[in-house]
Amino acid sequence: MTSTHQKFAYAPAPESRAIVDLAPSYGLFIDGEFTEAADGTVFKTVSPSTEEVLAEVARAGEADVDRAVKAAGRAFTKWSALPGAERGKYLFRIARILQERSRELAVLESLDNGKPIRETRDFDLPTVAAHFFYYAGWADKLDYAGYGPNPRPLGVAGQIIPWNFPLLMLAWKIAPALATGNTVVLKPAETTPLSALFFADVCRQAGLPRGVVNILTGYGDAGAALVAHEGVAKVAFTGSTAVGKAIARTVAGTRKKVTLELGGKAANIVFDDAPIDQAVEGIVNGIFFNQGHVCCAGSRLLVQESVQDEVLDALKRRMSTLRVGDPLDKNTDIGAINSPEQLARITALAEAGEAEGAERWAPACELPESGYWFAPTLFTGVTQAHRIAREEIFGPVLSVLTFRTPAEAVEKANNTPYGLSAGIWTEKGSRILSVASKLRAGVVWANTFNKFDPTSPFGGYKESGHGREGGRHGLEGYLSEAAGPTSAHDGHLQALPGGEREGERDR
Amino acid sequence: MKTSEAPRLSVFKTYKLYVGGKFPRSESGRVYEVTDSKGGTWLANAPLASRKDARDAVVAARKAVPGWSGATAYNRGQVLYRVAEMLEGRREQFAREVADAEGLSKAKAAAQVDAAVDRWVWYAGWTDKIAQVVGGANPVAGPFFNLSTPEPTGVVAVLAPQESSFLGLVSVIAPVIATGNAAVVVASERAPLPALSLGEVLATSDLPGGVVNVLSGRTAEIAAPLAAHQDVNAIDLTGASAELAVELERAAADNVKRVRRPAVPGGAEDWTADPGTGRLTAWLETKTVWHPIGS
Repeated sequence: MTSTHQKFAYAPAPESRAIVDLAPSYGLFIDGEFTEAADGTVFKTVSPSTEEVLAEVARAGEADVDRAVKAAGRAFTKWSALPGAERGKYLFRIARILQERSRELAVLESLDNGKPIRETRDFDLPTVAAHFFYYAGWADKLDYAGYGPNPRPLGVAGQIIPWNFPLLMLAWKIAPALATGNTVVLKPAETTPLSALFFADVCRQAGLPRGVVNILTGYGDAGAALVAHEGVAKVAFTGSTAVGKAIARTVAGTRKKVTLELGGKAANIVFDDAPIDQAVEGIVNGIFFNQGHVCCAGSRLLVQESVQDEVLDALKRRMSTLRVGDPLDKNTDIGAINSPEQLARITALAEAGEAEGAERWAPACELPESGYWFAPTLFTGVTQAHRIAREEIFGPVLSVLTFRTPAEAVEKANNTPYGLSAGIWTEKGSRILSVASKLRAGVVWANTFNKFDPTSPFGGYKESGHGREGGRHGLEGYLSEAAGPTSAHDGHLQALPGGEREGERDR
Repeated sequence: MKTSEAPRLSVFKTYKLYVGGKFPRSESGRVYEVTDSKGGTWLANAPLASRKDARDAVVAARKAVPGWSGATAYNRGQVLYRVAEMLEGRREQFAREVADAEGLSKAKAAAQVDAAVDRWVWYAGWTDKIAQVVGGANPVAGPFFNLSTPEPTGVVAVLAPQESSFLGLVSVIAPVIATGNAAVVVASERAPLPALSLGEVLATSDLPGGVVNVLSGRTAEIAAPLAAHQDVNAIDLTGASAELAVELERAAADNVKRVRRPAVPGGAEDWTADPGTGRLTAWLETKTVWHPIGS
């Protein structure tokens, strides 16, 4: 190994956390106000990189869910009756305020989630603002979206999001819901409640009418109560397939519309004519981005046998340069594992990989003493029967399998109950398109990986869920299928009562 | 200190053209008198743009096309939204100019300006959606990936409506540039001042110079060289009289310009109506890419 493949010495470059003003405790955000939980329960949220307690947060129970759903129900009448252009202007305001406050929110997200500041700053926050900006523009254009004339909102949307991209998942949920005229009750994950509560403050600055957005911090019991609440017309969930199935059972027999974005076990397929260096970057990004806490992570590398050695050598060299450590350090590539529970799951599955006979490799890598950490890890000699090839690990662990022909690659790629995403690496365009057409996956990246854009739909086949988020398609999950009653014309020149401009009312 | 007895004398504005991101006078050195809607009170002198000014504006617009059409749709959307933000802060100035230009009450003029701000927002939202509405995959009967996407046609000459000096003006400019075209705009002949002031807003809205160029003067005089210009891709005849429209359409045929005929001669349309997508698609080409699927 030459010296160019060794880590460069570097000085730490930590981002200041002074930009975030954290209060010691936070309430639930219901009907435009922060409030304690009805039974007064609270829980602590910690920084996974230091185990430091960041704040105390109210823990929502059934009574709080009821209060929030009713507030959202009351707000729905006026919100859904607003001309689309006016609704859109609220969302544009939110997008702009998110852009203004993006550094603060990026630091906050790194603190609470453990992910590197480089990712929150350069990926999460810009994408969050862009998502609101995109759906803001749809609010007065729904007649053009292809879902029938005069599409109508559903009502109150109950939304449950995971801890891996807290603010981005919030944006994916709230932006299309509000643009289409629904109101929302959103429950962030129990390990990452803070950015959603800061978002409540963004709503305040934007002058959003009370009750349109409600945030309930809490655990799975609050989520279950939200899904089951009779005032909820739509359930949107991102998280594990097991919980997704439970939600599907709960809503069975109701009129609730459901979209589910669940787990994945994506195949990243590298053919022998692939640009190897580019592919290696894509493999690394595919599995180590966000510590591998990504439902569409390229967690199964399928490499053509003839280039296996070349790819693995290059991959190991590249993995040796990854920096694991302080999420707030701008040099950090891999941050902390989000929680001790998640660390235990990753550890157990990696041990199963060894026990079942796969070969484990990780670069020499010093891990911090406090906090939750897992070194980037590679398994070779993996068969399709191994647990590490079948189960979603949701951590920085890559399983490598090989294939000889394109048909075998497709066969192996599809051999999973999941179907969220896939990657294809080859210089041959016709092969990209033929393989893509045979993959049972909702997103296929060719010669790239983990690309996201507000205009582009995202979602899975099979047990990775149903419905799409993002793009024109993302509107469908929040619109009524039946032709509803005709409302007042949504022309955006319509005068508002009293000559007052909406939004100045609530300021 | 002694206060002066005499009332304060206001400072008049010299209205100039807006070309290539700068504010030049007409190269001809000519101006013409602009009066209020009743034709009585002098408001200002406006530049009387020449054929040469028109050609200069086309050069500036052409230069701006690669950068602007190459910007992401998201970026263009943000710039158009920024125009709305900047305009919102100058509502009173424009309401005054519109009231003078169109003889409207203060409240009615303000409503026109508010509607114009909202129209920028409407088109800001279209930049990254129009391709999803008018483009898409074509299910051809064969092993081919086949995708149609809209692209901007290039430089569009725009004859702004004669009566609606601001809402009408914004309604014809915004859709041209939303998709990445550059515009050469001929302002309302009788009421050009709001259009010339709009240049000041565009210049401070992150819009690259040359994407919008505003000329004032005699519509027929400026439009003729634009309609015949070989480096202009399209012309919007909204503000042309019936007779002038025919003449210009004939001239535009020489390099097969895309032509949008006036719905009502002079552009006396109902500008408060839902704008739809017609003014976006008028300035778009459709590109279809084929690629084999196989082995």
